[in-house]
Amino acid sequence: MDTTDTLLVTTSPHIHQGDTTARIMWTVSACLAPAGIWGIYVFGLRALLVILVALVAALAGEFLAGRLTGRRTLTDGSAFVTGLLVAYNMPPDVPLYIPVVASLFGILVVKWCFGGLGCNWMNPALGGRVFVFFSWTGGMTSWRFPSTMQTVDTISGASPLGFVKTGFSELSGEAASVTGYLRSAGYPFSPMDGRVTAFLNDTFGFSLSNGYVDQFVGNIPGCIGEVSALFLILGAVVLFIRKIITWEIPVFYLGSFSLLMWIFGGTAGGQGFFQGDVLFHLFTGGLMLGAFYMATDMVTSPVTRKGMMIFGLGCGFFTFLIRRYGSFPEGVSLAIIFMNILVPMINRVTGPKRFGFAGKERKE
Amino acid sequence: MKQLKTFPKGGVHPADHKALAADQAIRRADPPSVYVIPMAQHLGKPADCTVSSGDQVTEGMVLGSSSGFISAPVHSPVNGTVKEIVTLQLPNGQKTQALILEALESQEEPPVYTPSEDWKNLDKQALLERIASMGVVGLGGATFPAHVKFTVPKGSKVDYFIVNGVECEPYLTADYRLMLEETPGILQGIDVVRSLLQPEHIVIGIENNKPEALRVMRDAVEALDFPVEVVPLKLKYPQGDEKQLIKAVTGREVPSGGLPIAVGAVVSNVATLYGVYEAVVLGKPLTERLVTVTGQGIQKPANLKVKIGTSVAELIEQCGGFVKKPVKIVSGGPMMGFSLSDLNTPVTKGTGGILVLTEEEVDRKNTTACLQCGRCVQVCPMGLHPTRLYKWIDHLDYEAAAAEGLMDCKECGSCAYSCPARIPLVQGMKLGKLMIRKKKAN
Repeated sequence: MDTTDTLLVTTSPHIHQGDTTARIMWTVSACLAPAGIWGIYVFGLRALLVILVALVAALAGEFLAGRLTGRRTLTDGSAFVTGLLVAYNMPPDVPLYIPVVASLFGILVVKWCFGGLGCNWMNPALGGRVFVFFSWTGGMTSWRFPSTMQTVDTISGASPLGFVKTGFSELSGEAASVTGYLRSAGYPFSPMDGRVTAFLNDTFGFSLSNGYVDQFVGNIPGCIGEVSALFLILGAVVLFIRKIITWEIPVFYLGSFSLLMWIFGGTAGGQGFFQGDVLFHLFTGGLMLGAFYMATDMVTSPVTRKGMMIFGLGCGFFTFLIRRYGSFPEGVSLAIIFMNILVPMINRVTGPKRFGFAGKERKE
Repeated sequence: MKQLKTFPKGGVHPADHKALAADQAIRRADPPSVYVIPMAQHLGKPADCTVSSGDQVTEGMVLGSSSGFISAPVHSPVNGTVKEIVTLQLPNGQKTQALILEALESQEEPPVYTPSEDWKNLDKQALLERIASMGVVGLGGATFPAHVKFTVPKGSKVDYFIVNGVECEPYLTADYRLMLEETPGILQGIDVVRSLLQPEHIVIGIENNKPEALRVMRDAVEALDFPVEVVPLKLKYPQGDEKQLIKAVTGREVPSGGLPIAVGAVVSNVATLYGVYEAVVLGKPLTERLVTVTGQGIQKPANLKVKIGTSVAELIEQCGGFVKKPVKIVSGGPMMGFSLSDLNTPVTKGTGGILVLTEEEVDRKNTTACLQCGRCVQVCPMGLHPTRLYKWIDHLDYEAAAAEGLMDCKECGSCAYSCPARIPLVQGMKLGKLMIRKKKAN
């Protein structure tokens, strides 16, 4: 028995479920990858350059903060996820200093000024995005049509959300659907959209109008990583299976948003209640990216299942409010940040129910 | 299919690794030549040592006598000589007096135990005294003196007597083997306790990962002349905990800081009941217990009947030694057991298993920052907020932690098992509880 000098002695438990912070972060990165690859495919190498610049800036910021605080956190993947999310929230033609500033602001100000990973109260990528959005709104809203929309002659164009926001809402009196408006206003669709829509309508007897397939797959102008709802959902399925995200936040977020949009979304075009175009609003803008990858950020979301439901409801409500009545076409970032602020309060009122107090008031 | 019962809140599902030792029939460990007998083998006051260095002792003789109501005597497992009385640190950190006992060369003389088939004629008091005098304690791990548990306070009534056959700790299979091989003894133990508690219902709870035990126990209770229900439970750790088991079986919730009797329930482990059977029916004091020796690092996993005081090293040798380099050796289960630094540590009444864990089984990742992911909150069966309690304790504010329920923590380890940041939450809770107890004692 020559082993006693090498035995490990710790407190229980002696086994572990297996996850580490780094494993979670790198899994999230991997699940985000398909949507980014799609972005590079449709927007070209310029998109790849934006992603690389944002990543390098985020990692540099993390390295610097690690140097200053004496903590080695570069390999835990959290800065990588932040950089990735910052890049995914950038238009492909954004001037390169913008993602740099966004990443550095997210990492250094939003995260490290509050104590590093786990201590920030706002999602770093969202903080960075909103900071540069209000600083350089022009650069952050110059869109380009994806290469898959071959019918288009022009390179630059409006995102469907922005197009609808500026045009459709002034179109009072005329009864027209959102996609109907897009078509009548001459908004282009990809050839693939026509084929797939026709196929779906013929095979399943749907009556889909053109445009939804483009919006779902990602044949629309928009930010690099947010255009493809399809690939974002595929990645999210893996996160569900790996139990890195739970269903509460996405389901309550998308559910409350859809419900509100359905009820009130149509009133802008004069169609009355219960006429909102839910599919259009679900698959455009940053909603999928926000609901699956940013609202679910562990650090800035509530700790209990009940809290997560409230958080999701709030995100859906504010996203709806901003998109429908605000002056911006997009509301995901601001809605999530607003709910981030409320998380400590949500945690306080939804604390776990202690065992052994059945029928009695919980002791605070 | 009917929904199986379980406790509603929290819990985890660790891989059970029971296949390693589950099919190993109980065999008797070879008796060693030297025994180490600690005086503190139970919850409560340690026993008072009644022998001195040089004394000759015989098997079954009292070595340490009960020192209060919540205490239990310690008996000699062997005919031998007291070599030395030393101070020993147990794996749980407790310091205690211990006897070093050298066995006599020849052990021919059979111990004189007086079986009393006529225990049914004894009154409650006599039965309790008998259980107390035989040193029977809870063998599920908590080692609470059995006679205390089976004394129903005046004015209380037992609605449920729950027999704990859950064995929810991964790796361990001793209770499982006992249920398969010593079924009649367990049932007689249940009968004895039944006469003490006079419960409305008797329920045996077994998790559904042990279908064989469920079948055997079901068949066996058919033949009894009193009703016993065998309830299959949905697999979830820590279902073997008293409070969780009561909740799962009856839906009743033991109040915070209270005992099971507050909701009319008494829970006892199958091994304890077998001990009661041995004590009351066979007249044999608790000097042996079942120990599962298992883990990827051991040559031949086994379920051994071990004399108390046998060293861990001895058992490992009898199981063929190591096959892989052991990284951690644990006394007890992997979720709540204590890792050993010294293999001369003896098996005591509370030792349910010896685990020889290898590199791939042991987790040794570094602690990183808390992500606020909430997993610890979601898995805590007591509805606590482990990461917040840990922060209070980390900032030395033990009262704040206590105000948020620290003392309800049972150190089941579900939180730390689930924590991706590998925060030593249980270590924090243990420290916090210790500091609160110290403060109260002063």
